[in-house]
Amino acid sequence: MTEPLIYELSSPGRKGVSLPAVDVPETTFPEGLVRENLPLPEVAENDVVRHFMRLSQLNYCVDTGFYPLGSCTMKYNPKVNEDMARLPGFAFTHPLQDPGTAQGNLAMMYALQDWLMEIGGFAGMSLQPAAGAHGELTGILIIRAYHQDRGDKERTKIFIPDSAHGTNPASTTMSGMDVIEIPSDARGNVDLDELKKHCDERVAGLMLTNPNTLGLFDEHVREVIELIHGCGGLIYGDGANMNALLGVVRPGDLGIDVLHYNLHKTFSTPHGGGGPGSGPVGVVEKLVDFLPDPVVGIVDEGDETKPPLYGLITPKKSIGRVKAFHGHFGVILRAYTYMRMLGKSGLRAVSDYAVLNANYLLAKLRDTYKVPFDRICMHEFVAEGHWDDAPDIHALDIAKRLMDYGFHPPTNYFPLIVPEALMIEPTETESKESLDAFIEAMLAIAKEAREDPETLKSAPHKTLFGRMDEVQAARQLVLCCRPGYLDNPDNK
Amino acid sequence: MEYPKDLKYTESDEWVRVEGKIGTTGISDYAQDQLSDIVYVETNPPVGESLQKGETHSAVESVKAAADVNMPVSGVITEINESLADTPELVNTDPYGEAWMVKFEISDPSELDGLMDAAAYEKFNEERDH
Amino acid sequence: MTYIPHTDKDREEMLAVVGVDRLDDLYEAVPENVRFPDLNLPDSISEMEVTQELQALSEANLEVFHTSCFLGAGAYNHFIPSVVDHTLRRNEFYTAYTPYQPEISQGTLQTIFEYQSMMCQLTGMDVSNASHYDGATSLAEAMILALNQHRGKRNKIVISPAIHPHYRQVVRTYSQGMGIKITGDEKSDTESKDLVKMLDGDTALVAVQYPDFFGNITDLSALGDAAHASGALFCVVVNPLALGMLVPPGDFGADIVVGDGQPLGISLSYGGPTLGIFTTKDKYVRKMSGRLVGETVDNRGQRGYVLTLTPREQHIRRDRATSNICSNQGLMVLASAVYLSVVGKQGLRKVAELCYHKAHYAAERIDALKGFKLWNKHPFFHEFVVKCPRPVAEINERLLEWDILGGYDLGQEYPDLKDHMLIAVTEVIAKEEIDDLVAALEEVSND
Repeated sequence: MTEPLIYELSSPGRKGVSLPAVDVPETTFPEGLVRENLPLPEVAENDVVRHFMRLSQLNYCVDTGFYPLGSCTMKYNPKVNEDMARLPGFAFTHPLQDPGTAQGNLAMMYALQDWLMEIGGFAGMSLQPAAGAHGELTGILIIRAYHQDRGDKERTKIFIPDSAHGTNPASTTMSGMDVIEIPSDARGNVDLDELKKHCDERVAGLMLTNPNTLGLFDEHVREVIELIHGCGGLIYGDGANMNALLGVVRPGDLGIDVLHYNLHKTFSTPHGGGGPGSGPVGVVEKLVDFLPDPVVGIVDEGDETKPPLYGLITPKKSIGRVKAFHGHFGVILRAYTYMRMLGKSGLRAVSDYAVLNANYLLAKLRDTYKVPFDRICMHEFVAEGHWDDAPDIHALDIAKRLMDYGFHPPTNYFPLIVPEALMIEPTETESKESLDAFIEAMLAIAKEAREDPETLKSAPHKTLFGRMDEVQAARQLVLCCRPGYLDNPDNK
Repeated sequence: MEYPKDLKYTESDEWVRVEGKIGTTGISDYAQDQLSDIVYVETNPPVGESLQKGETHSAVESVKAAADVNMPVSGVITEINESLADTPELVNTDPYGEAWMVKFEISDPSELDGLMDAAAYEKFNEERDH
Repeated sequence: MTYIPHTDKDREEMLAVVGVDRLDDLYEAVPENVRFPDLNLPDSISEMEVTQELQALSEANLEVFHTSCFLGAGAYNHFIPSVVDHTLRRNEFYTAYTPYQPEISQGTLQTIFEYQSMMCQLTGMDVSNASHYDGATSLAEAMILALNQHRGKRNKIVISPAIHPHYRQVVRTYSQGMGIKITGDEKSDTESKDLVKMLDGDTALVAVQYPDFFGNITDLSALGDAAHASGALFCVVVNPLALGMLVPPGDFGADIVVGDGQPLGISLSYGGPTLGIFTTKDKYVRKMSGRLVGETVDNRGQRGYVLTLTPREQHIRRDRATSNICSNQGLMVLASAVYLSVVGKQGLRKVAELCYHKAHYAAERIDALKGFKLWNKHPFFHEFVVKCPRPVAEINERLLEWDILGGYDLGQEYPDLKDHMLIAVTEVIAKEEIDDLVAALEEVSND
């Protein structure tokens, strides 16, 4: 069922879209600077459309079915968001046009900053980071800058729980700090005793995901935070799991000093096949001056006759710019639309039903799949994809077989602390019927694991493509194709 | 699982063969089994570079993992195995023979005493698999 | 409840299965004294109401659909063929996740592979990743690659002042914990030959922009040679649309070519999201960060595509990863792939030529105006600088009366370029609009 590559559909001389003739006197091209060869495809417009249509049909997506991917929050992507982002008054604004001419944009961004601060319990917010990992880097740089600014230059240690997402230690290393890994205890919480052993005046902070990647709200979160604060460190919150906490608890109230949100998880913006996302960062009062440059602020309060004037403000001790221009405006706008519609009660309902759905799945699956940390979960939980009486079956096989039942598999092999992990997050937009169908499939697969393991091991069978040879992909790297005529000079 | 008796082993799964003043090193059968299909081996240090015990001299990659390979004891690099770049699979098929990674002149022979022999390394693996 | 399908009956049944009485009971683990805060947020509204509100907000902006846009400086108003947005609206593309399960993600994976291929052809490099966030962060990642390539033994990065100011700022932000020196852009008139003098045994990377921030196109081969002689990597920041016409950096010795993909079918959208192009030579592929798609076969013998070389990435290397990047700009990659496919070899060249001719016509006419002077000493592509008789901010405020969005005020970032305006002309600008700009500038200069 393979689709040819666009280069394979190409034929010399074919033109795609029509363009106008030049309407000004022509200028000679600069000598020696013009390229002779431009090896791009030559395809007619309708063939381009067919090509990408057929490619799209090879994809599973949220609008096709359920994606219980833990830590990704694959909720429904509202269509109204897409329409709003395309309004010409938004889509045709230039980032460098005078702020006085972009008041609609800036008012919207200011409101979103406000709402995200309110939800998180923060005093300042930057919408500039482009993704969660980007927000993490920003947050760690803010923590570092805070200590440096106080003359406390020896603080280089960042504690990271072993259940953390890989971006946490990677972001820490990028900012020049040292990673100290802290184990989890038997109930999935951060091991307080281990933490106490390492706490000293060289601690810059701790990166906390709460609920953690096991979907569990840390039972000692207050103690962990007080401990770190007590030895002079700050707490970075990874907000990937905020879908469980909207209107339930504000991370700032727990003592988190800086947190990033994932607009593409919690706030419904589409995943787009890998991006774009957006990772706004919220901070408590003492870190406000260190936010990236610029933030949206009010430059003139206005009065009864005129509205406030919004502008771009450079925080006094800013860590600097983390990307060009202002951030992922198109994503921010989608999140704004979502939050404006849902409002206070709607956002609280998101968490309630996300958590209910996860616990419902947990209750129905726990007798068939081992759940190592078996207590009321938040919006996701981790099960083991392995049984002692089916030793040849691994989480990978279960994942691949789920595709035959029409589902996207849950997250595999993460977090690392659970072997053969299957991380399951239903989100609040799945109906009971959808969950029941998933449960049925999972129970059927568990049965197949004992009665017909070969079917699992060679799954998927019903998809258009089978398992890919990843070893070959890595050993014989083919990372781009070349148009055939490049190798045949007569065939320009 | 193979544990050649003439070799010494580290807790980070490297082996060393001592022939006079020269040490030869690579990763153990246990390590290649854990990593599964090796797709890439990178040997970094130029000949003549002096490395401490525990310092990284090479890296191996499989489809699901990447691991640094460290000096079992301190030494000065005398030779690196160039063939691994083209045939990384050798690490899976012959980890103690053709998939040697670097040879070096041993700086401090007393460091060898701190390493495990074949029997101790085998026991070490049994315990960590529990 | 918006987007939540549960009925009261569903909820009661599910609560019973879970074994709690009420939804609130699910949050036992949350400390009581901070539980259930009363958030100061507006109430929920309907879809109809939100669209009315947002329509009004959008109309509070000036936008370049109705205004002649001569503002560039890293973001450009180009024509986006209708095919692009129709493809982006395919649910299978925009509501899909990262292609970790290749069997059901071949659409996304093959698109990325085609994008990677087209980026290589455009830049003359051997390999491209699946994109970074934007041109600025791509440049920062190039810096990281160079530092890693030299295994931490070289600590200097030389950058041209003619690289976009935002990009240079981002490089500095990224480097603040690394203990390295960023230099070369202290004076705005530093040229390639001056950068050559700064190269030494401590330089990991030298970076320039092509065409540069002022629009200039210069011969960079001497700098490339000098970089290699000193052992530094040579990085070129490009405008990919300009490469529809100009010699690609692969031809003059670039090791890394980065840039922003916005001109390739991505709407302005107040600056984001766009995509960061990152391409390099084969020998650096394992040091390159970001996602990578490779070709392979499935167990039924079909050609297919997968994410590959993933052990480089954060989810496996964790604290030993060279970068923390976890995502790519998936949908924007699709936009650029569709744009390049539908515009094609001939179309991209045509768009580039249209920009070139229109910009040169504008430059010539403005240069002839009393009080205005073309500043560029080198050939330029579609952007050029003019010295103005009055502060740029004043001119731009007046130009709005003619529904014209004037160029970028260089004095904001380059103190010795006060009263200099950076003007961009793209293929959407008609001759009449250029003539109107000239007439308006003439009138404004006579005030």
